[in-house]
Amino acid sequence: MSTGSLDQLFEKQERIYPKRVQGKLRNLKWFIMIITLGIYYLTPFIRWDRGPNAPDQAVLIDLERGRAYWFWIEIWPQEIYILTGILILAAIGLFFVTSLLGRVWCGYFCFQTVWTDLFVWVERLVQGDRVKRKRLREGPWTFEKMYKLAITHTIWLAIAWWTAGSFVLYFNDAPALVMSFFRFDVSPTVLGFMIGLTFSTYLMAGFAREQVCNFMCPYARFQSAMFDKDTLIIGYDESRGEARGKHKKGDDWEGRGHCIDCSACVKVCPAGIDIRDGLQMECIACGLCVDACNNIMEKVDLPKGLIRYDTENRLDALKAGKQPPKLRLIRPRTIYYTLILSVVGSVMLYGLVKRAPLDMSVLHDRNPIFVKLSDGSFRNGYDIKILNKTYEDKTYALTVEGIENAAVTVKSAGDIAADELFVPADSVGSYHILIQAPVKAAEPRAVILNLDDTASDIKDSYKSIFVTQRN
Amino acid sequence: MTKNKTQPKKDIKKDVDGLSGIETTGHDWDGLKELNNPLPRWWLWVWFVTIIWSIAYFVLYPAWPTIANATKGTLGYTQYKELKESQDEIEMRQAAYLERFEKASFEDVMNDPELYAFASAGGRTAFMDNCATCHGTGATGFEGYPNLQDDAWLWGGSIDDIYTTLKHGIRWDEDYDTRVSMMPAFGKDGILTRDEIKSVVHYVMSLSDKSIHADVAGETIFMENCAACHADDGKGLTDMGAPDLSDAIWLYGGDEHKLYETVYYARAGVMPAWQHRLDENTLRQISVYVHQLGGGE
Repeated sequence: MSTGSLDQLFEKQERIYPKRVQGKLRNLKWFIMIITLGIYYLTPFIRWDRGPNAPDQAVLIDLERGRAYWFWIEIWPQEIYILTGILILAAIGLFFVTSLLGRVWCGYFCFQTVWTDLFVWVERLVQGDRVKRKRLREGPWTFEKMYKLAITHTIWLAIAWWTAGSFVLYFNDAPALVMSFFRFDVSPTVLGFMIGLTFSTYLMAGFAREQVCNFMCPYARFQSAMFDKDTLIIGYDESRGEARGKHKKGDDWEGRGHCIDCSACVKVCPAGIDIRDGLQMECIACGLCVDACNNIMEKVDLPKGLIRYDTENRLDALKAGKQPPKLRLIRPRTIYYTLILSVVGSVMLYGLVKRAPLDMSVLHDRNPIFVKLSDGSFRNGYDIKILNKTYEDKTYALTVEGIENAAVTVKSAGDIAADELFVPADSVGSYHILIQAPVKAAEPRAVILNLDDTASDIKDSYKSIFVTQRN
Repeated sequence: MTKNKTQPKKDIKKDVDGLSGIETTGHDWDGLKELNNPLPRWWLWVWFVTIIWSIAYFVLYPAWPTIANATKGTLGYTQYKELKESQDEIEMRQAAYLERFEKASFEDVMNDPELYAFASAGGRTAFMDNCATCHGTGATGFEGYPNLQDDAWLWGGSIDDIYTTLKHGIRWDEDYDTRVSMMPAFGKDGILTRDEIKSVVHYVMSLSDKSIHADVAGETIFMENCAACHADDGKGLTDMGAPDLSDAIWLYGGDEHKLYETVYYARAGVMPAWQHRLDENTLRQISVYVHQLGGGE
């Protein structure tokens, strides 16, 4: 054991050079990569007409004005519970898919996987496949090594820069921001975010790669809680493969397994593991080893699927020499997740459908709680906030219910009557109002403040209290 | 100890821990030994960086105390300067509104949403610092200190009246223009007898409480002694600072005992003239704030 060196503190990253592979799952991965990256890079440019007073970007998070737009849905900061709902849906959805199909999110959709895949593709394009890359990297600093590395890193940085730029577009008007780039007129905030995200993309997809899954991502660690023996995993069929051994063309298959120990599955693995050791924490279930093995099986004229998507239950049964049980997709676990998913989904759908274009909240004054006036009547003050979620300027009428002969006055600049509370389009109006009523001193009584849009039948009301002196 | 001393130095061998194969520090605490591992490299680097950082800090910022003061640092930074800068920034932001506010009449302010909001906010802060001590943070006052939320005003509740009261105070001798009136101490000075005071107190109570039947004697005493300031109907006179006795508001309390005390000894509340302590803009802002509380006329 050496003393005082860094390798005592953590294991050093062993560089992985995934080999190129062709096959059905690889094609699926390319397809998903194109779709997901396409969505990510192009979405900010989709336009969506919302009328003259609102942005026409389909997906936009306007931090300055506190609005989030998603096509026909608009969310205000007050509706942050929708974000909570989305997060719950995403989490439960992930649990559901994972318990059913294993780590398909990790293998096909996770941005870490997709961008790493893209970066490896660039690496391969410039430097060649596995062996060439390894040789170049470990070899001496030649001119070839320098220019090839330079090209690779330049392309990586360009992709990273574009990725960062696309992220920022979601928070700004996309065409305007792109134009401002050409004019070299970008705000320091935007630039700061872009530099940070460029660097992180470059670092994570170019260098950290599988280390992110192994050491940074919590999901990789707690996935075991969602797994059971009926979950689809990438499995090596030991019953068929063992005993493994080298094979020459024409050799007999009697008395040995189908695995020819060619290590094709190891060479293509982006996580750098040997799937034949069984289910491992590092496996992101990308299925590239399935393709690699199938290609080999085809060459040696054996049936495909030595490595395949299967369940632990089935593989264990085969190993024990028993008839493998059927796939069980409907299990208590998947039923729970479906139930939670549909409950959360329905609540959110209800919330979005019932989203009111008008919202009023009322806060009763705390100091003073009430004021006694010279004629013996009482007065209470209230802060009211009116959320006009439409794209038109509105005038609202406020009325009070629950107290007889109540008079409402609005305290603000100028003389504003309670039936002409003006709130501009897509904004919040604040007023301080006073309710005065000739009532006897008694316990606090309930009042209802009603707000009516004078131009349409949109209404909202709020239940508050009216406090008087207690004798 | 003595044993160690007698041992020749060259005989002390490196003490190596058997299990890990790492040298120990040589100290022995009841059989416990500490491995002499070198510091982690990252720790060492962080340490070097902090040293470099501290040198840069030492040069740039005030760092080392001298007998009377401290080293100044090349940046010339002080916390006082930083405070001054942020204050200047705030004042600069206020300046735009203040300039407009100075020129605007009260009527302009009450009709301009921006100036109205500016004045109420500024007035509120000044009120909390200067007025809340007596009138309360909710401006509802205490016994003897008027409630500014209600619609009963001793010296008038228009914004100009409020401004005048604020500026010159009430019974504030140092201010020539202060508001003054003097209620006689009817009992103490022997103007009315005890029975006469009781009688007039009953009459005064009957003004706001219909269930009390006052006798004619009380009314006569009131007309002769009180009506000059409080008016024939008891509704008072804001010019005299004489309160309305027929309403539901009592500054010093409205029960028989309290009213007797008031008539016997008289009342003469004092409020400072604030023009000597606050500038014109602040006075005007407080006026707007008090007026918009709800009772302003």
